[in-house]
Amino acid sequence: MPVIIEIPTAFRRFTDGQPKIDCSAVTVAEALNELTAKFPDLSRHVRDEQGQIRQFLNIYLNEEDIRFLGGESCSIKDGDRVLLVPSIAGGCSDSPSCVD
Amino acid sequence: MPELYQLRCRECGKTWGNEPRSFCENCFSPLEVTYDYDSLKKSARRDSLAGRDFNMWRYSELLPLPAGYVGPNAVGGTPLVASRKLGREWGLKNLYFKNDAVCFPSLSFKDRVVATALAAARRFGFETVGCSSTGNLANAVAAQAAQQGFDACVFIPSDLEPAKVLNTAVYGARIVRIDGNYDHVNRLCAQIADRFNWGLVNVNLRPYYSEGSKTHGYEIAEQLGWTLPDNVVVPMAGGSLITKIAKAFRELVTLGWVEAKPVRFFGAQATGCSPISDGVKRNLSRFEPQKPKTIARSLAIGNPADGPYAIKQIRESGGWAEDVSDPEIVDAIKLLAETEGIFAETAGGVTTGVAKKLVDQGRIAANETTVVCITGNGLKTTDAIVGEFPLSDAIAPRIEAFEALMDAQYATVHAQALAAHKA
Repeated sequence: MPVIIEIPTAFRRFTDGQPKIDCSAVTVAEALNELTAKFPDLSRHVRDEQGQIRQFLNIYLNEEDIRFLGGESCSIKDGDRVLLVPSIAGGCSDSPSCVD
Repeated sequence: MPELYQLRCRECGKTWGNEPRSFCENCFSPLEVTYDYDSLKKSARRDSLAGRDFNMWRYSELLPLPAGYVGPNAVGGTPLVASRKLGREWGLKNLYFKNDAVCFPSLSFKDRVVATALAAARRFGFETVGCSSTGNLANAVAAQAAQQGFDACVFIPSDLEPAKVLNTAVYGARIVRIDGNYDHVNRLCAQIADRFNWGLVNVNLRPYYSEGSKTHGYEIAEQLGWTLPDNVVVPMAGGSLITKIAKAFRELVTLGWVEAKPVRFFGAQATGCSPISDGVKRNLSRFEPQKPKTIARSLAIGNPADGPYAIKQIRESGGWAEDVSDPEIVDAIKLLAETEGIFAETAGGVTTGVAKKLVDQGRIAANETTVVCITGNGLKTTDAIVGEFPLSDAIAPRIEAFEALMDAQYATVHAQALAAHKA
């Protein structure tokens, strides 16, 4: 099972409406790079001019904020979920972690 | 007639009119309410406050309220307590406590932010309101929703203090307990706001909600005789309050209601959850989130949404941030109660304990006017001080028994004084 990147509602207009994107990366950084290579319009919303993840964008690896896992260099494996969550509001409505 | 306020992105400046949204669709940064200050300078007059009741609605022109909105209940208007004993103990001549421990209706400053959020909820037609909460916000939402006829559904960490849970349940709100910390609860609420058509006061109504905090600052200035203090010590959870007090002061200067002067902002956190104070003290360009571990549950937000803005405000004002341990928090709760007769919740212990640290560090001068912001009532966090006051044995209902007790207590006090004298 590939790594799944979960896209919040707010970002789906950049991914042709797709809520989940498969990727084959081995780190979160690679996963984000794959994502923005595939959907270039998303790029400026993921990274700032210095190449850092934008301040108001939180990235989770399987429910854990990646800042507790060593940042975007942390390793990922098949079946892992990488979630993008704008820090103020917005999440992935179709994420399995949602209350139904 | 155009409205006097609207949403604007704090980063890219794009405006969004008035809608239940909290982030900018252009750059996904936070939104805040901005005002037409040029029009307000003409229409909002300080002398028109004179006939109004002393509560937060006296500042209505400066709040994001629909035209003609009448505040449905009295909120705010809390005492600014001039310190008698603690100031003397600390060597401060002009120490004050802004006492939102007695804010109405639910005894914390959160009543202010809920008041403005529910005005927005009414405007946008929401029938159900809610929040993610460490306790005080849930209390305030539940109380005011009951008063105003909204349904309420609040989300809390499952291990919240029992008093806070009861203080929400009694108003009839639905309570959803989440097996996680506040940051987990907050993230879930962001997803729920996305899916359901509910007015979550600190999610999709956040810009309107946070404006209510300004009234804490307006009142301070008015109660000091339309003068700004030199120093303000503010507890920090999400980091919003400290930035909104600063905004309030700036607005009063813009409107010409107070004279401009530098105000130093000092942030207070618990050591067990101190991402903002850590960011200030280590001069970090970005704060590092933490996993909260502190009795100060109302400040236990490891990933503060307004953290970057709080850090900026503190640095730019020439202030500082400090944090205190759990034992220091308890000592400070007791100190404030014993010296000033104010019973604050753990956040108040944090703020008082940090104020003491700042004084010890020489960061607050004796003659300066310093306001310490107390944001919630001690009755909400009694579990933090349970065990601090062992009960004496009961005595028989006879005068002789009482006299014997007095003799025994006098003997103890006398022996202690003697021992201290010899030491």
